[in-house]
Amino acid sequence: MGARTLYQKLWDSHFVHADADGTALIYIDRHLVHEVTSPQAYEGLKLAGRKQWRVGSVVATADHNTPTRGWERGMAGITDPVSRLQVETLDKNIGEFGAKVYFPFLDKRQGIVHVIGPESGATLPGMTVVCGDSHTSTHGALGALAFGIGTSEVEHVLATQCLVTKKSKAMQIRVEGELGFGVTAKDLILAIIGKLGTAGGTGYAIEFAGSAVRALSMEGRMTMCNMTIEAGARAGMVAVDDKTIAYVKGRDMAPKGAQWDAAEAYWRTLQSDEGAVFDKVVVLDAAAIKPQVTWGTSPEMVTTVDGRVPDPAQEKNPVKREGIERALAYMGLTANTPVTEIRPDIVFIGSCTNSRIEDLRAAAQVAKGRHVASSIKQALVVPGSGPVKAQAEQEGLDKIFLAAGFEWREPGCSMCLGMNEDQLKPEERCASTSNRNFEGRQGARGRTHLVSPAMAAAAAVTGHFVDVRELGDATQPVRSGS
Amino acid sequence: MDKFVRREGLVVPLDRANVDTDAIIPKQFLKSIQRSGFGPNLFDEWRYLDRGEPGKDNTGRPLNPDFILNQPRYRGATVLLARENFGCGSSREHAPWALLQDGFQAVIAPSFADIFYNNSFKNGLLLITLAPAVVDAMFKEVEGAPGYRLAVDLEQQSVTTPSGKVIKFEIDPFRKHCLLNGLDEIGLTLAHADKIRAFEGRHQQVQPWLFS
Repeated sequence: MGARTLYQKLWDSHFVHADADGTALIYIDRHLVHEVTSPQAYEGLKLAGRKQWRVGSVVATADHNTPTRGWERGMAGITDPVSRLQVETLDKNIGEFGAKVYFPFLDKRQGIVHVIGPESGATLPGMTVVCGDSHTSTHGALGALAFGIGTSEVEHVLATQCLVTKKSKAMQIRVEGELGFGVTAKDLILAIIGKLGTAGGTGYAIEFAGSAVRALSMEGRMTMCNMTIEAGARAGMVAVDDKTIAYVKGRDMAPKGAQWDAAEAYWRTLQSDEGAVFDKVVVLDAAAIKPQVTWGTSPEMVTTVDGRVPDPAQEKNPVKREGIERALAYMGLTANTPVTEIRPDIVFIGSCTNSRIEDLRAAAQVAKGRHVASSIKQALVVPGSGPVKAQAEQEGLDKIFLAAGFEWREPGCSMCLGMNEDQLKPEERCASTSNRNFEGRQGARGRTHLVSPAMAAAAAVTGHFVDVRELGDATQPVRSGS
Repeated sequence: MDKFVRREGLVVPLDRANVDTDAIIPKQFLKSIQRSGFGPNLFDEWRYLDRGEPGKDNTGRPLNPDFILNQPRYRGATVLLARENFGCGSSREHAPWALLQDGFQAVIAPSFADIFYNNSFKNGLLLITLAPAVVDAMFKEVEGAPGYRLAVDLEQQSVTTPSGKVIKFEIDPFRKHCLLNGLDEIGLTLAHADKIRAFEGRHQQVQPWLFS
């Protein structure tokens, strides 16, 4: 066997069968299930009288519909009866079909499915991981092959433990050098999406590599892999290294004892071989990346914090020009406005992209000793999971946020997509650490600007987008509402 | 799943790139545990002037007269013409469900997002990828000719325009086979159950920690 990419290795180790045309069956190790994309799949199984292939592969939680406050009221805390029925339906289906582990609503380990997977050790290097959610690409940060699937595929995996798929092309995105002070994994992935475009990764599995990626924490790698889908690629991944091993060790569902040793030895082979050939290679200079802010209604509509809202008149391609004009009209922005003059109404720190402990620390660092500007109607901090929340509270981050005028909520997907009551009102403008700035994503006619946690906190305390690097030391007071 | 062999229908041009699945079916409708009932809420935020909610009666809601699907000349359209990267974003299968349940049988665009592409074929919604220039020309033809209809022949992998022009399209043979015959993919995979079991046995020996 010649030099193989990480993707090829993960593909080979899960390959079951292929037809002459290349349509393949690949075996799925971990199936993450949540309440929104699973009810029709379980119903399909029941109607066809089919059994679940391997109960031990399923790890489930309720996250999309769950409220981020009022948990003391129990299930009645889900005030929307339609949402409540969906959460109860998951309870019922897991009760009937079983799972290896279930973190139901109100459980202290409940959280966003893409946060709890790595955190609980349910996601391990070398695995194939699927979930009825496009941000499943997150789990690739551990050296796994992970991608989002639809409900028919959820049913298919439940019934057969396999996915019907074709092999993707392999792309390497290599980021060399050091990210500057105050520049994060979020800025890096937004810059990559800006360069590739939202469809630039379609048909590819993307491996992130290079010294800047190696230098990222596991949380940072998860943020990058999470948003791979926003560049059109279903799977993103990072090779296993010491950080991966250290992150996994000791997690609840991680192997122990002799099995750990065998697993670690295997996981350490999960890198692209020297000389492995990629179908496409993109190289970026980390030092050139600045903090990013999206201005439009697609994640590719992004610029640097020292940039300006684009002028559609400068765009020659008519389809693109019309896209920019429509986005500016929707966003309520004027061409050529400096990004730093854009003033959000709402700040949201959370989502499967940026709700892990490192994200909360970065935001708290900026919030510490400062206060949310008077022009900000609401600043929400929603930890990604019960364990993240507990750790943040142990570190006193909750007190920093509360003292600064942020709200400290219970875990869940929350305002990233607004399936619960955390939503933007029409024309409200949000500085959000989430992953999608689509029209209506955070609430009908709401306006989303995607940023890093530190940039979101900086916007909260100044009332406008600002280069977080200009705030300097977190102990320096900044005048509220300036 | 219904078989798809030949279909013929009115075309509606949705002249936007990167139409995402949040736009195709907004999040509030994802709370349903049913597989049906999404049709009237297809493109809800573009289609209506008020805010849609699950369970709300859609018949009396104010329609957005500027939205192309609401224009009388496109009523009853079954073929949607769109720009590149149609169906990007969320993996919600509710998107193809909503398109199908609102009467669409095929979508034509220069490119589609991966997950949406998979989801559509599993439900019998035919996605036809044509070159950008061909799609661009089709937009002009549709807009210039009220009542513009296309005949889609999956077996022949062709689209025929009102002037009789035949445009060929490419499609994955497996997907074509499943769509032509209305096949249940789970049943097809389970025909390989022995291979899956054999793989699983080997996999467990090599990586036993995955099974503990």
